[in-house]
Amino acid sequence: MTRLPVDSPSPLIAAQDLRMTYRVGRGQVLRALDGVSLSVRPGEVLGLVGESGCGKSTLGRCLLRLVQPSAGRVVFDGTDITTLPERRLRPLRQDMQMVFQDSYAALNPRRRVGDLVAEPLRVHPAPGGGRRSRADIAARLAELMDLVGLPQAALTRYPHEFSGGQRQRINIARALALSPRLVVADEPVAALDVSIQAQIVNLFMDLRDRLGLTYVFVAHDLAVVRQISTRVAVMYLGAIVELGEADAVLHRPAHPYTAALIAAVPEPVVRTEGLPPPLRGDVPSPIAPPPGCRFHTRCPVARDRCRVDPPGLRALPDGREVACHYPLVGEGH
Amino acid sequence: MLLVVRDLTVALPIGGRLVPIVESVSFTLGAREILGIVGESGSGKSVTSLAIMGLIDVPGARVSGSVRFRGRELVGLAPRAYRALRGREIAMIFQDPMTAFTPVYTVGRQIDEQIRVHQKISRADARSRTVRLLGDMGVPDPERVAGRYPHQLSGGLRQRAMIAMALSCNPALLIADEPTTALDVTVQAQILDLLRGLRREYGSSVLLITHDMGVVAETCDRTLVLYSGLVAERGPTGALFAQPGHPYTAALLDSIPPLHGPRPARLPSIPGSPPAPAERPAGCPFAPRCAYAHEACAVRPALVASGVQDVACVLPAEGRPLPPRFVAEMSA
Ligand SMILES: Nc1ncnc2c1ncn2[C@@H]1O[C@H](COP(=O)(O)OP(=O)(O)OP(=O)(O)O)[C@@H](O)[C@H]1O
Ligand SMILES: Nc1ncnc2c1ncn2[C@@H]1O[C@H](COP(=O)(O)OP(=O)(O)O)[C@@H](O)[C@H]1O
Ligand code: SF4
Ligand code: SF4
Ligand SMILES: [Mg+2]
Ligand SMILES: [Mg+2]
Repeated sequence: MTRLPVDSPSPLIAAQDLRMTYRVGRGQVLRALDGVSLSVRPGEVLGLVGESGCGKSTLGRCLLRLVQPSAGRVVFDGTDITTLPERRLRPLRQDMQMVFQDSYAALNPRRRVGDLVAEPLRVHPAPGGGRRSRADIAARLAELMDLVGLPQAALTRYPHEFSGGQRQRINIARALALSPRLVVADEPVAALDVSIQAQIVNLFMDLRDRLGLTYVFVAHDLAVVRQISTRVAVMYLGAIVELGEADAVLHRPAHPYTAALIAAVPEPVVRTEGLPPPLRGDVPSPIAPPPGCRFHTRCPVARDRCRVDPPGLRALPDGREVACHYPLVGEGH
Repeated sequence: MLLVVRDLTVALPIGGRLVPIVESVSFTLGAREILGIVGESGSGKSVTSLAIMGLIDVPGARVSGSVRFRGRELVGLAPRAYRALRGREIAMIFQDPMTAFTPVYTVGRQIDEQIRVHQKISRADARSRTVRLLGDMGVPDPERVAGRYPHQLSGGLRQRAMIAMALSCNPALLIADEPTTALDVTVQAQILDLLRGLRREYGSSVLLITHDMGVVAETCDRTLVLYSGLVAERGPTGALFAQPGHPYTAALLDSIPPLHGPRPARLPSIPGSPPAPAERPAGCPFAPRCAYAHEACAVRPALVASGVQDVACVLPAEGRPLPPRFVAEMSA
C-alpha cells in the first residue's frame, strides 16, 4: 500500500499514488503517470521539472481535476476531489487556477481584454452568492490590472495588440480574478524571450508574496525553477525520481538523473575546463519503459541490481526523497 | 576567410512599404570556426541566415550589401547558381527536422539520394556512406535507423539524421538555425557536442543561430549579438561573456536566472520589449530600454572597438565602458 505524504500537516493539495494511462492502439498502454505522490503546503512553490513527455502537464491537469486520473487520489484542502462530480467541483474551481505556456491560444482574439479577464467573475457567483454587480466587476478589473502591471487602458484593447509578455500578464490577471489559493502554471515563461521571462518570473514571485499564493510551477528550465521554487520534484518517465528542498536538490543532487539534467544546462559562462560528457541516449518510450530502474538505460552509475529491481522513493537523512539504489549523496551521515 | 558579410541589409514589404528587417550586418567566419548569432525572437537571425543562403523569396524583398563566400559574391547570384551551391558547399539545418525530410521515404533513402545528386556513385556505395555518416553522428545501430521513416525516430535521432544529410556532401559551411531549441536539455547537450566536433572531423565551419546565451557560451568561438535587426556587439565569446561591452548584452546576461551561487531576490529585468522593425527608433534601437541612455544616443551609434569586441554604443567612445561582469562560482 502507498503511504500518505508524510511531511504535510495540512497540505493545500496532495496527490497519492496517481496513475494516468492512455490506450494508444494495438492494445498498448501508455503510462503518463505511474504512481505519483506529493503534497504542497500553503505558500509553497513546488517546481516540477523533467524532459518532454515525462508527465508534468498530465500531473498538473490531474491536480486541478481538468482530467480524471485513472487511479490514485487528489485531495484539495482536505476534500477528496478525485471523483467529485463537476457540480460539486465547481465551487472549488475558484480556488484552483491554471496558467499555460501559450499566452495567445488561451485568449479569444475577438474579445477585449476587459471581457476576457471579467469572464470568470461573470461565470462564478460572488462570495456571498448571487451575481457580481457591474461596479464590482469594474473595480476588480482595475485592481487586477494594477496587480499584473498593465495599464488600465489595456482593458479596452484586443489580445493581438500586446506582446507575448503582456499577454502572459493578461492570462495571469484572468487566473487571479477569483482570488484562487492554488495556481498551477504550466511552462508559463517557456515561450518568452529571456529579457521578458525575467519580468514574468518576478511577477509570479511578487504575486505569491502579496497574495499568499501557492504554486505548482512546471518548467523545463532548471534555472527558472531554482529561482522561483521552494521545493522541487524531478520527473522521469511518469514518476518522481527526486523530491526535496530546491537548494538541496539542485546544489547536491542525489539522483543520477537530476545530476545529469543539471550538468546538461548550457550556462552563459565560458568555462576554462572541459564540459562533462553528455548523457547518452534518448528518453525511452513511455509505452515500454525499461524494467528495474527506469533510468538504468542511461544512468552512468547503474549496476546489475538496477536492471531488475525498481527503486521506490525513500527519504534520505536530509529529508528529501529519492528513487535510486545508489544515491549520489547522503546515506552515510 | 571563408565567409565575409558586409553591410547586409534585408528589406521586406510591410504595409505597402519596404521596411529594413536586418540593417548593415557585418561579420566574418574563418575556416573551422563556429560563430554564434544570438538574439531574441524577431531580432533577425533567421532572415540573416536565409539571405546568406539566397532563400529570401518574399515578393518585393530587397537584399543589399555583400556576402562573399570563398571569394565569390553571392548577393545577386542567379537562382540556379545558388541552388548548385546549396547542399554542396553550404548546407543548412533547422529547428524542425521534419521540414528537411519527406515523410514518404526512409531517412536512409533520402540521404542516399542527396549524396547521389552531387556525386556519381552507385546506390550501394551511397548507402554505405549514409550508414557511416549516421554512425559518425552518434546514431546507435545506424543500419537499422537508415531503414526507418522520419516519424519513427525520436527528436534527437531525427536531428542527428538531418545533420548527417547536411554533411553528406562535405559542405565548407553549415548554417544551423536553432538546431537544439526543440530538443530536451540532455539531447541538446549531445547535439552541441556533435557540432563542436564537426570542425575536427569534417573541417566544416558553423554559423550557429540561437536565442540561448548558454548555448553560445558553450559552443561558439566568436559571438555576434543582434538587437532589432542590428549588430549590438560582436567579438570573441570568452571576452564578450566576461566583459560585455554593450548595455543590451550585459542586461540580457543579467536577466538569466543563475543555476549556481546565491539566488537574487528579484531578477534584474529589461523593461519593455524590443521594437518591431517598422517602429525601430532612429537613434540607438536599444535606447528606450537602456539604463545608460542619454542625448548622444539619439544618433544611431556606429560599431566601435571596445576591448577586443566591436560595440554599437556610444559609451566606449565617451571613455566609460561597462565594468566586467560578476559571475558566481560554478561549483557548489
Ligand atoms: N515574410 C515576412 N514578411 C514580413 N515580415 C517578416 C517576414 N519574415 C520575417 N519578418 C519579420 O522580420 C523580423 C525578423 O524575423 P526573423 O524570423 O528573422 O527573426 P528571428 O530572430 O529569427 O526570430 P525567431 O527567433 O522568432 O525565429 C520579425 O519582426 C518578423 O516579423
Ligand atoms: N490524450 C493523450 N493520449 C495519449 N497519450 C497522451 C495523451 N496526453 C498525454 N499523453 C502522453 O503522456 C505522456 C506525458 O505527457 P505530458 O503530460 O504532456 O508530458 P509533459 O508535459 O512533461 O511534456 C507523453 O508520453 C504523452 O505523449
Ligand atoms: S537505481 Fe541504479 S540505474 Fe537507477 S538511478 Fe540509481 S544507480 Fe542509476
Ligand atoms: S548607445 Fe546609448 S542607448 Fe544605446 S546602448 Fe549605448 S548607452 Fe544605451
Ligand atoms: Mg507539457
Ligand atoms: Mg528564427
